[in-house]
Amino acid sequence: MTHDPSVGVRRRHLPTSWGGAPYLLGLPALLLFAVVVIVPLAMTVLLSFHDWGQYKGIEPVFILKNWREVLSDPYYGEMFWRTFRIALAVTVLGAVFGAPEAYILNRMKSPWRGLFLLVILGPLLISVVARTLGWALLFGGNSGLVNKALVSLGLISAPLPFMFTETGVVVALTHVLMPYMVLAVWAALQRLDPQVENAAVALGAGPFTVLRRIVLPQVMPGILSGAIIVFALAASAFATPAIIGGRRLKVASTLAYDEFLNTLNWPLGATVAVLLLVALVLIVAGASRLVERRYAQVFG
Amino acid sequence: MSFLALESLTKRFGSHPAVDGLSLAVEQGEFVSLLGPSGCGKTTTLQMIAGFVEPTSGAIRLAGRDLLAVKPARRGLGIVFQSYALFPHMTVGENVSFGLEMQGVASGERARRVAETLELVGLRALAGRFPRQLSGGQQQRVALARALVIQPQILLLDEPLSNLDAKLREEMQIELRQIQRRVGTTTILVTHDQAEAMALSDRLVVMNHGRVEQIAPPHEAYERPATAFVASFLGKTNLLDGASVRPEKIQFAGRGLAGRVRARVFQGNHWLYQVETGSGLVTVIRQNTGEPMPAEGEAVCLAWNSSPPQAKLGEVSAQQTEGS
Repeated sequence: MTHDPSVGVRRRHLPTSWGGAPYLLGLPALLLFAVVVIVPLAMTVLLSFHDWGQYKGIEPVFILKNWREVLSDPYYGEMFWRTFRIALAVTVLGAVFGAPEAYILNRMKSPWRGLFLLVILGPLLISVVARTLGWALLFGGNSGLVNKALVSLGLISAPLPFMFTETGVVVALTHVLMPYMVLAVWAALQRLDPQVENAAVALGAGPFTVLRRIVLPQVMPGILSGAIIVFALAASAFATPAIIGGRRLKVASTLAYDEFLNTLNWPLGATVAVLLLVALVLIVAGASRLVERRYAQVFG
Repeated sequence: MSFLALESLTKRFGSHPAVDGLSLAVEQGEFVSLLGPSGCGKTTTLQMIAGFVEPTSGAIRLAGRDLLAVKPARRGLGIVFQSYALFPHMTVGENVSFGLEMQGVASGERARRVAETLELVGLRALAGRFPRQLSGGQQQRVALARALVIQPQILLLDEPLSNLDAKLREEMQIELRQIQRRVGTTTILVTHDQAEAMALSDRLVVMNHGRVEQIAPPHEAYERPATAFVASFLGKTNLLDGASVRPEKIQFAGRGLAGRVRARVFQGNHWLYQVETGSGLVTVIRQNTGEPMPAEGEAVCLAWNSSPPQAKLGEVSAQQTEGS
């Protein structure tokens, strides 16, 4: 290797005895991170231990009242259970539709692939609120477009309730979050050696066997990482459950919002928010640990 | 009748002919190499045999039956891909076992044959490993075992050694040849490496621009190249009086073609000379016998034996080149 003399010269001026330079350089970013993330988060956690009364407002004391209420009252239990049930349904639907979508996209020829990638990713360019309001229009009441279509296709005999139901929230959230799943699976598909499928065919495997035994196991890490992203985003989604679910069908994020802005019981809202965060971090971290351990040996 | 017959096989991509009227007859147990530069149509030919590419016209017959009417998954050919194309999510044993599973071989029989084939390629101990835990050479053996375990009628090798370093490649050449001899599977190798093709094959099919330049055993193709292309592709050559003369056939003598040594390079077991002569620059290779050799700038005379007759290129290239 050739030696660049200027490097040696410059290095001589650096304080080589003190290794703190990287930390010093990282300080501005660390400060920004602390100010915009750590401090508000810590304050929210602290807030969840404060007291609140209809007339006295927030009292900066340390009590466990909010936590006891949230953990013991079945109302909150059901609401959290609903949040994660919706997130799970969205994740499963996203995988069931998103993975084949990515596979088809990957097999498309040059001009079409770009076009359809744009179609799939296009929704990301539009605000979630606008997209969800679009779904609200489609669902809207018994004469909504979706119901009309389903009835006239003969798939259902009477209109289904979509607005203010879990079904509606799941459908709209799946559409909103699908691009993340498609992207994750697509990335995994691009790492696939196309010859591997040919190798399986040459060994006598039919098209379905190739998909099930060869392609699917190899893109499984992609599907699982897509699932983690979609699950986390679905469980913490606000706009879509707020618009489609409304006041009647609350999830953790809309409940926290209501406690903060309508009831003005900030400490209780903070408790719900912190609990959602902790539960999500545990689930996501646990899932990715599991995925990593399962596939470390195979794919590294 | 020959075992595998390609009959005026042609493949056009658009108007560009990738393979142009290729005819080849391969005998059972034979090791034939398709040799040529990239883009000569050798890989396309292999893929047509495998069934991944459909020919524009022509026929492929295997043991008398029409292979083109058989789906790729039913052809029962063993293929070793350039990238090995191992199943990364399966262990070595599972990789080798896959083809037998597809054939519906019972699990006991399957385990026995997998163990047997892994033994053949010397990987018995690594059956539980995943492909990425293996070296390139080991992955290559797994790919070979996976192709051989189904006892294919034909083994197709697509540049199987090109991803290995030079030393390992030589070892694998010898081993590949030994395994093929022992198993006796009819084998077709696609390669751009003329040394590899000559080391391994019973016969060479030298291709260029989608056409066959010569079909002959390696020694014959080297000694009597049918065309200028074959002569230059199969190693170094000099064009003297319209004939191809190999550098190692030329000696320094008391009389002959006069010239001056322009450069010499020591390559261990031999010397490589460039000699300026009246007929242009001549390459000469001399064995290193330990005796003193002409130095750079020295005046020398070149002599070579023109019998057995060197191919007169002008005549032969006009002839139709047919398989032996």
